[in-house]
Amino acid sequence: MTTVETAVGATKTMVLNMGPQHPSTHGVLRVLLELDGENVVSAVPDIGYLHTGIEKSCEDKTYSQVITLTDRMDYLNPLGNNLVYCLAVEKLLGLEVPKRAQYIRVMLVELQRISSHLVWLGTHAIDMGAMSVLLYCFREREEILKIFERFSGQRMMTSFIRIGGVALQPPAGWRAQVKRFLDMMPARIDEYENLLTENRIWQGRLKGVGYLSPETLVALSTTGPGLRAAGIAYDNRKAFPYSSYEEFDFNVPMRTESDCYARYLVRVAEMRESLKIIRQAMDKITDDGPIKAEAPGIVPPQREKMKTEMEALIYHFKIFTEGFSPPPGEAFVAVESPRGELGCFIASDGSPKPLRVHFRSPSFINLQALPKMAKGQLIADTVACIGTIDIVLGEVDR
Amino acid sequence: MTQLANTNANAVVERLRAWNPQAVAEVVEYRGETTIVVPRELLRAAAQQCKENRALDFNLLSDVTCVDRFPVEPRFELNYQLVSITRRERIRLRTSVSAQHPVMDSVVPVWPGADWLEREVFDLFGIRFDGHPDLRRILLPDGFEGAPLRRDFPVEGKR
Repeated sequence: MTTVETAVGATKTMVLNMGPQHPSTHGVLRVLLELDGENVVSAVPDIGYLHTGIEKSCEDKTYSQVITLTDRMDYLNPLGNNLVYCLAVEKLLGLEVPKRAQYIRVMLVELQRISSHLVWLGTHAIDMGAMSVLLYCFREREEILKIFERFSGQRMMTSFIRIGGVALQPPAGWRAQVKRFLDMMPARIDEYENLLTENRIWQGRLKGVGYLSPETLVALSTTGPGLRAAGIAYDNRKAFPYSSYEEFDFNVPMRTESDCYARYLVRVAEMRESLKIIRQAMDKITDDGPIKAEAPGIVPPQREKMKTEMEALIYHFKIFTEGFSPPPGEAFVAVESPRGELGCFIASDGSPKPLRVHFRSPSFINLQALPKMAKGQLIADTVACIGTIDIVLGEVDR
Repeated sequence: MTQLANTNANAVVERLRAWNPQAVAEVVEYRGETTIVVPRELLRAAAQQCKENRALDFNLLSDVTCVDRFPVEPRFELNYQLVSITRRERIRLRTSVSAQHPVMDSVVPVWPGADWLEREVFDLFGIRFDGHPDLRRILLPDGFEGAPLRRDFPVEGKR
């Protein structure tokens, strides 16, 4: 049992459990707060309530069966999880993904980034008391989920990014729908900013709260908007470009104040940058073209071919029963998820099932900063700190 | 793969060799990634060198992972993913511990962010880290027995 030592006697402190069931912990997170009145003496997170053994389960499945498990870790960024896993498997295989499939991946992952930041903003705002912002953000997120449903049939756990490319051709009418979203969104982001950015209460609750120096953040292995709000220019899309990101023109928003307010500004600016990337991706995606690499034995053949050609049928059968075997070796790939550096480490032993799959989840590692962030502040600031780190418990616990 | 290849990797290997030739037991280059195999006793010192040497400057510890190579000995292979933000470079340090003595030096004195990463490896693989400030289970309940991510632990669990 996670416990904390308390002071007794003249200066007494009290230990309160925040969570695991609590509206502001954004999931099943338990924080042991040692309090001296309203002041937090220590805040110790206790995690593991959502541990489902995903990494162990991956060892019992073939490489393509693992994709559906990856959706369910960071459940606000399923396409990003799919992407990092598929990139790692493709690296192990030495498989090149066609450009058109890479552009589709970029577009969908950036849409996912916006939807994740919308959930973050809505929940962070309602934690601070701005209740309407939650509904406005979820209204826009509905449009994104409708786009995903059109593409894959699923709103959230799409499993749309597959090994070698994406699952299906973009559906009829997708351009009009994405364009409608892109035209509507900038004004909506302005709406959120009108409500929050210059708001005295918002600034009062967030400015100066949860400050950590850049050196502390790097030492604690924090990545993502938290690091960029401290002035450190580290974004995987620019530092180690993947999936054709080097062809896109976008900025990486940064601040230097490294408090909750700075992180808010960084994430809102990131939403605007993602819109730019989506527009460019939409222009780059041609109406016709491949969605998967040509790799018989690894990438399943088209269904029409499978029904008429014997060879295709045999490949289909082998892939979906036995699976394919990458050569023995290890690979580590990292992408920029809305929360930070999301990495996937795969070790292959030459069999159709992975020897080890490990996900470097940014929420798990960023959460380590909570005790330092919350110490010495008020309980209400702890809520702001948990919100500003932007955790998803599915990813923290796996 | 459009990920940038590790072009400066040889420079890193040479600098580590210059610091201590025994630290670089083996270099593995695969799919554009460089892995430096370091003997177990030298890993913490090598990690410190990687971080503090200005020419290496691997200030961010991205990940600590364990691979159970059962039944091959030494059984547990530890992989440390390092990132140099300033030099835009990644490197992996690898070492192994045996099943009979699954103890490793903690790198928390070098990167405090290794705290939870090593706790996770302790929790799921049963490897102890000497010098870790607070080594206890992190994901599994405290009363849990066993190390589930070991290959000889069944995926359905034990009853």
